[in-house]
Amino acid sequence: MSTVQIDKTIDARGMACPGPLMNLIGAIRQGQVGQIFEVLSSDEGSKTDIPAWTAKAKHELVEVRQDEGYAHFIVRKAR
Amino acid sequence: MDEQEKPLSLVLFSGTDDKLNAAAVLTVGAAVMGRPVNIFLQYYALRAFRAGKVCADHALAWEATDALTHVIRAHPGQHWSELLKQAKDVGEVNIQACALSMDMFHLKQADLDPLVDGIEGVAAFMASVSDGQVLFI
Repeated sequence: MSTVQIDKTIDARGMACPGPLMNLIGAIRQGQVGQIFEVLSSDEGSKTDIPAWTAKAKHELVEVRQDEGYAHFIVRKAR
Repeated sequence: MDEQEKPLSLVLFSGTDDKLNAAAVLTVGAAVMGRPVNIFLQYYALRAFRAGKVCADHALAWEATDALTHVIRAHPGQHWSELLKQAKDVGEVNIQACALSMDMFHLKQADLDPLVDGIEGVAAFMASVSDGQVLFI
């Protein structure tokens, strides 16, 4: 289990690509620097899209953890 | 996303919902990754952007059999117009109507959905393409 403190969880399970990524982007834009966001996604595209966008937008991908039928993506807003 | 990325330019010709959706997905991807997107609407794609017609049934490409049509329609993904709105919200997306197609179908800007930013000729579109790629869909 993760030990980081999550500030906001976005439950995007069941959403089609690119919905979970778009929800993460929306939440990060409204958040504060340093806040930790968790996205729950069952979309296979998220596994490549969330790391790619996080790197491009210069945020920090803290953790990716597979669960049953979905994954947790934990991202820190870095700027 | 500080460095200037090369634009992605899409010429949308087909007006079926599947092709418009595929184009909208590419647009979202480019926009979130910091690439400006230029969209040039011609022929049937332009007609799909008429005010009040965006959410109408624009049918599917000829490859879509009855069985596939059912699968595509049942998928919970967002409508292409919603994806384009999101792309505009997070990135730089400029949607222009081809002046020739506007003339052909006797359309004015007021006849188009607000997603369309303006009307331009092909040379102006090519100027915005710059040295980026063009996809014809």
